Amino acid sequence: MNNHLLFDFNVDKAAKTVYITREFNAGLDLVWDAFTQADLLDQWGAPAPMQAKTKYMDFKVGGRRFYAMISPDGQERWAVQEFTSITPKTNFKMYNAFSDEHENRELPGSEWDYNFSEENGRTTVNIIIFNESFERLERLLEGFKIGFTMTLANLENLLSTLSEKQ
Amino acid sequence: MKQDIFQAIADPTRRAILTLVAIQALTPNAMAEKFDMTRQAVSKHIKVLQECDLIKPQHSGREIYYHFNAKRMQEFDNWLAQFRQNWETQFSQLDALLSTIKEQKK
Repeated sequence: MNNHLLFDFNVDKAAKTVYITREFNAGLDLVWDAFTQADLLDQWGAPAPMQAKTKYMDFKVGGRRFYAMISPDGQERWAVQEFTSITPKTNFKMYNAFSDEHENRELPGSEWDYNFSEENGRTTVNIIIFNESFERLERLLEGFKIGFTMTLANLENLLSTLSEKQ
Repeated sequence: MKQDIFQAIADPTRRAILTLVAIQALTPNAMAEKFDMTRQAVSKHIKVLQECDLIKPQHSGREIYYHFNAKRMQEFDNWLAQFRQNWETQFSQLDALLSTIKEQKK
């Protein structure tokens, strides 16, 4: 798709930290909203064919997003994000942990640090994810494995459906 | 992918052992010496590393030399590549969403 957009992905195994940098072809306001508003997050926040579904989201310091990743067979994997720091349109931090459907968290979780900056109408997002255990990293992927059985054609379908919603 | 590999790599001493045996195969005694550890402590680390197939023993006379299993490490890296792929998928979805919203605003 957008091969011309910068995408950096590094894992520091020793530090159990994942570093992600991605450039988006949109202004800061819009990208910030896409990362911080539930209705938008749910439209992209899970790799197809998984789907994200936010039960509630209170984007303020100390607030939470309680959401599920739903696989095509209807299996729900719940997680809780707790926002620990917010500097509007610049940075936000959260603590992410898996949970059951009643919001009981399974610790340890992971710390996420997002940074946003805009240049020439493009927005760069830096994400740093610190996992307290590598096992968690693996669990993250576990749920997505289903996604790899999906063909690229199906993914294209999904994307064009999204575009048709214009 | 067994989760042991993550447990194995999560420990700094085991990472150091891996780094060393990646350069040259070592006996448990040599490891103990290099890390200033008891044979017992070294044996525990070796057990973990061997269980997740990151090192392989090779008998040479009365000694056992442990070799680094690069193939296994490669599998781990492949796993990470999948992880990266997930993000790519999500970001592509976000690209599509952003362009949809931009269109709507025109």
